[in-house]
Amino acid sequence: MSTIADIQNEIVAEFEILGDDRESTIFYIMELGGNLEPYPEDLRKEEYIIQGCQSKVWLVAEEKEGKVHYRADSNTDITKGLISLLIRVLDRRSPKEILEANLDFIPRIGMGNILGSQRSNGLAAMMNQMKRYALAFQTKQNA
Amino acid sequence: MAIQVNSIRSQFPILHQEVNGNPLIYFDNAATTQKPKVVLDAIQQYYEVDNSNIHRGAHTLADRATQQFEETRESVRAFIGAKESAEIIFTRGTTESINLVAKTFGSAFIQKGDEIIISTLEHHSNIVPWQMLCEQNGAILRIIPITDTGELIWEEFEKLLSSKTKLVSVVHASNALGTINPVKRIIDAAHAVGAKVLLDGAQSTSHLDVDVQALDCDFLAFSAHKLYGPTGLGVLYGKRELLEAMPPFLGGGEMIREVTFEKTTYNTIPFKFEAGTPSIAEVIAFKSALDFITSTGKANIHRHENDLLKYVVDLLQDVKGIIPVGTAAEKVAVFSFNIQSMHPFDVGQLLDAKGIAVRTGHHCTQPLMRRLGIEGTVRASFAAYNTRNEVEVFAQAVTKIASLKNK
Ligand SMILES: Cc1ncc(COP(=O)(O)O)c(C=O)c1O
Repeated sequence: MSTIADIQNEIVAEFEILGDDRESTIFYIMELGGNLEPYPEDLRKEEYIIQGCQSKVWLVAEEKEGKVHYRADSNTDITKGLISLLIRVLDRRSPKEILEANLDFIPRIGMGNILGSQRSNGLAAMMNQMKRYALAFQTKQNA
Repeated sequence: MAIQVNSIRSQFPILHQEVNGNPLIYFDNAATTQKPKVVLDAIQQYYEVDNSNIHRGAHTLADRATQQFEETRESVRAFIGAKESAEIIFTRGTTESINLVAKTFGSAFIQKGDEIIISTLEHHSNIVPWQMLCEQNGAILRIIPITDTGELIWEEFEKLLSSKTKLVSVVHASNALGTINPVKRIIDAAHAVGAKVLLDGAQSTSHLDVDVQALDCDFLAFSAHKLYGPTGLGVLYGKRELLEAMPPFLGGGEMIREVTFEKTTYNTIPFKFEAGTPSIAEVIAFKSALDFITSTGKANIHRHENDLLKYVVDLLQDVKGIIPVGTAAEKVAVFSFNIQSMHPFDVGQLLDAKGIAVRTGHHCTQPLMRRLGIEGTVRASFAAYNTRNEVEVFAQAVTKIASLKNK
């Protein structure tokens, strides 16, 4: 299985093909949202919402055979696309891998620049929450 | 007379730039307008030549600054047709102006069981101060409902009016939808039951000819930054007899006549409400903004903006997936809309990629959005320097975005 670093390199290469055109980059991100596994309606609850500004994100995680499985959704398509990238990088890995991951693909694809501060902050909050879940599972495994 | 858009544009340095590789199209004028060179120059001139504190120093610079400061007060008076310049109070903005009335007029003249009427269209700054007052003194907040097109329901307003009504505080023109309220009728009806009327003029003063004496409103609140002027400056107009009867707002320098530790007597209006050192540079530069508007011609600007509004509606009305929000018969130049199956935030980001600045979200009118059953809108709002060509580029971009989800 490829490592977190491999997948990040893949993503960076894909975005390089798009070049500098902001509009097509955003269109591409919006399309990526379509890859997300459908989010279970019974988990669309206030307690799973990550604080964002204009876009809402729901995120849940469960542990399966020592790996963390994430599911997430958003009310905006751009955010959904970003989530799908994070999930592609972090899903179904051990808590240890997730916690040790150096997530640098976002700045490497120049995303901060495209997204503006509101969405970048939301994305950072989302990454933190994913790591927090991993930490909780690791603590449980070690207990 | 048609306005010369190119000559107007040449007076706004900020417009001449590229954003994300495209010429900037600034359609977020309801949030704040850009500033003409004369305003920027006035700020610089003040700090380079005249900077000093006003109404105090016995020296030439203080005199010059004071004189210019008071000239702006006179310009504002003329701009809104007030009887005397003492009725013009400088604040930090519409928000502070409304809070001032809530804290002073509200605490002195509105009691437990009295009623305050606002509308569903209000900006948060014309909701929260009244909620705070009601919480404090037990007064009751009543809300005028609206139709699906975004217009006040007159009969419902009449039903709310009674001898218990002490104040009607309504937005003159809605920032989220553009609806122009029938304020003259509202004022007359409110006065008939003995209530006072505050108009939130944050949007109307830039798009309509607002004459406080003709309207006979008791208070008018607005912000300089939406009128081609500096940020951090607003105006509260109030009728003299009300301002004199109201207790002061903030305590400090400037607002006093004499202070002893036993008792302080207050200054006359408008100074009674202007405690501390005000935004002197901003006030002085605001005169240049008003001069810009007057010399361009209010009526000319309004005609131009309305023309742009009509044009954008024309270009987009048959585009699949476009849902206009707020279709009142009388509107200022605000075009609010949604795209079927898309979030306004995404639409805004895609427009930004094309260098087009719009506002997305609830526009500080969450109760209104809830009433309309939507999370927010995309809002394009026009000013004197916008062009028909910009509207065309915008309409093309919106059409392309709409086609993504509406084949
Ligand atoms: C209708 C309306 N009222 C009040 C305000 C608040 O103005 P300010 O933020 O300048 O105090 C605004 C500005 O967004 C507005 O559009």
